[in-house]
Amino acid sequence: MSNRIINLLVPVISIILGLLVGAVVMLVSGYDPVAGYAALWNGIFGDSYAIGETIRQISPYILAGLAVAFAFRTGLFNIGVEGQLIVGWFAAAYVGMAFELPKVIHLPLALLAAAAAGAIWGLIPGLLKATLKVHEVIVTIMMNYIALHIVNALIKTISGGGFKLDKIQDTASLRSDFLSELTDFSTLHYGIFVALFMVFIMWFILERMKLGYELKSVGFNENAAQYAGMNVKKNIILAMVISGAFAGLGGAMEALGTFGNISSRAGFTGIGFDGIAVALLGANTPLGVIFGASLFGSLKYGANNMPNAANIPIEIVSIVIALIIFFVASGYIIRVGLLRLSKKKEAK
Amino acid sequence: MSTLLNVLYIIVPLSIAYAAPLIFTAIGGVFSERSGVINIGLEGLMVMGAFVGIVFNLFFADTFGAWTPWVSILAAMLVSAIFSLMHAVASITFRADQVVSGVAINLLGIAIALFSVKMIYGKGQTDFIQEKIARFNIPFLKDIPVLGPMFFKSVYGSSILAISIAVLAWFIIYKTPFGLRLRSVGEHPMAADTMGIKVNRIRYIAVIISGGLAGMGGAVYAQTMTNDFGHATINGQGFMALAAMIFGKWHPIGAMGAAIFFGFAQALAINSSSLPFMENVPSFVLYILPYVLTIVALAGFIGRANGPKALGDPYVKGSR
Repeated sequence: MSNRIINLLVPVISIILGLLVGAVVMLVSGYDPVAGYAALWNGIFGDSYAIGETIRQISPYILAGLAVAFAFRTGLFNIGVEGQLIVGWFAAAYVGMAFELPKVIHLPLALLAAAAAGAIWGLIPGLLKATLKVHEVIVTIMMNYIALHIVNALIKTISGGGFKLDKIQDTASLRSDFLSELTDFSTLHYGIFVALFMVFIMWFILERMKLGYELKSVGFNENAAQYAGMNVKKNIILAMVISGAFAGLGGAMEALGTFGNISSRAGFTGIGFDGIAVALLGANTPLGVIFGASLFGSLKYGANNMPNAANIPIEIVSIVIALIIFFVASGYIIRVGLLRLSKKKEAK
Repeated sequence: MSTLLNVLYIIVPLSIAYAAPLIFTAIGGVFSERSGVINIGLEGLMVMGAFVGIVFNLFFADTFGAWTPWVSILAAMLVSAIFSLMHAVASITFRADQVVSGVAINLLGIAIALFSVKMIYGKGQTDFIQEKIARFNIPFLKDIPVLGPMFFKSVYGSSILAISIAVLAWFIIYKTPFGLRLRSVGEHPMAADTMGIKVNRIRYIAVIISGGLAGMGGAVYAQTMTNDFGHATINGQGFMALAAMIFGKWHPIGAMGAAIFFGFAQALAINSSSLPFMENVPSFVLYILPYVLTIVALAGFIGRANGPKALGDPYVKGSR
C-alpha cells in the first residue's frame, strides 16, 4: 500500500470505527442502532429542508476547520478557535445591529469586524509565542474563557442588563430568500459561499503566495527557516492572526446568518473544538476541510432528528464525534495495522 | 475593621471550598505531566467524576447514609481512573498527539455523561442529592481568635482531604523512589530507560493517578457546589485546574497555592455584588482573573516556569 492510500485510509477507518463504537453503545443501552443511524441519515438528507439546514450548519464548521488547519500547517496548535469564534460572533452582531449603512458597505463591514476580532484574539497567543516562547496551547485555552466572560459582560452592558443583543439590520444579514425558498424555507444563508471563498483564500495563501511558503517553512523547521533569512517571529504572529480571522468569520456565520444576534452563553458552542476534528480529518488541507466540515456539520445537524425519530439521546453523536477524534489521534496504530496487513498480502 | 473581618469570614471559607476540587485535579495534572504526558483531558475526567459522584450518591443514599458522599467520591475516583486509561493508551502506546487525545477525552467525557443522564433520568440533568458532604467545626482550633472562624469553622471534610493529598503528593514526588522515577521519566525518558526504569509503565501509572484525582475533584465539586449534574456543572473547572498546575510550576504545593488563589477569585466573583468594597468591580473581571494570571505567569513575569522537558513526546524505545 502506498503512503498516499494509507493517508486516505486512516481518517476513513477512524470514521468507520467511530460509527461502529457508536452502534455498540446504542446496542448496549438498549437502542436500535439501525433505527438510530436511519434517523440520523434522514435528519441529514431526508428532505430539501434538512439538506438546507445541514449545509447551513456546515459553514461555520468549514471556517473553524480552516482556522485549526491553517495554524497546524504553520506548526502551531490553535485550541482557541472557540474563543476567536465567540468574539467574531459578537463583533459581527454588534456591527450588524448598531450601524445603519447600505448593504454593500454594511455586510462586508460586519464580516470584516468579525475577522478582525478573531484576528486580535489570535494575535495575543501569537505575540507571546513569538516573543516569549510561551506555548500557544495553554494561552489559547485561557483566551477561550476570557472571550466567553468578556462577551457575556459586553452583551449585558450594551443591552442594558439583558441576555441578548437586538437583531441585526437587514443590511448586514446573510439571509437569502432565494436559498431559503430553494430548500423548503430552511435557514440556509449565503454564509456557505463566504466559507467556500475562504477555503480558496487559504489554498491561495498557502500554495500561491510567498507568505504561505514562508509560513509553511517555519512550520516544517523553524531553524532552517531562520537560516534561510525568514523572519520567524513575524511569521508565527501572522499565522495566528490569519487563523484567528478564519475563526472570527465562523462566528459571523452565526451572527449574520443563522441567529441574527448574539445571546450570552453559559458554555462554549463546541464548534471551535469540533474544528480540531474537522482539520485532522481533512489532513489540514483546504479541500480536506470541506470534507471534514461536511461530515461533522451533517452529524451535528442530523443528530437533532434522533430523539424524535428513534427516541435516542442526541449526545450519541457527540460520543461518535469524540471517538472519531480519538481514533484519528491514534492514527499511528491504524497505520501500523494497515502496513502489517499489506505486508501479509504481499507475502501471499 | 470589623466589616473587613466579616467579609473575610465569608470569603475565606468559600475560597477554600472552591479551591478543594481544583487542588485534587491540579495535583492529578502534576502527576501526569511530571511523567511527560500532557493532560488537557482533566476537564473531561472531572466531568466524569462529577457525573459518577452524583449518580452514585442518588442511587446509594439509602444504603450508605451519611457516608454516601465519601463512597461516591471513591466510586468517581475509580471510574475516572479507568476512563483515563483511554488517554494513557492513546498517548503512550499509540503515540497519539497528546493534546488531540486530551481534547477527545474532554468531548467524550461530557458526551458519555450527558448520554447516560438522559438514559437514566430521561432529562438533561439529575435530581438534587440529599446526602451532601458535611461541614463541621474543628474542635479547639475553631476557638483561636480571628483565624478560627476563618479557617476552622464549617469546613468541608473534602477540603482537609485535598490539602492532605497535596502534602502527600509532594512527599511522593520528591521523597520516594517512585517520585524520582516519575520525574526522570518526564525529563529524560531515554536516560531513565537506560537505568532500567520502565518508562511506559510509570507513565501509565501517572496518567491513571491523574484520572483518579481528577475524578475525586469532579465528585467533590458536584457534591459541594452544584449538588446535581447537568451539562454546565463543571464548566471549565478542569481547565482552571490545568492553569493552577502551570501557575504552580508543576509542583504539588505550588499547584495547591494557585488553586487556593483561584478559589479566592471565584468566591470573590460570586459575592462581589454583596461586598462593600467590591461592588464597583464588574464580576467578569474576577471571572477572567485566573485565566489572565495564567497567561501572565506563562509569559514569565512571575518567574519563568518550565514544564518537564519530555512533556508531549511519546517515548519510542531505541530512538534518539
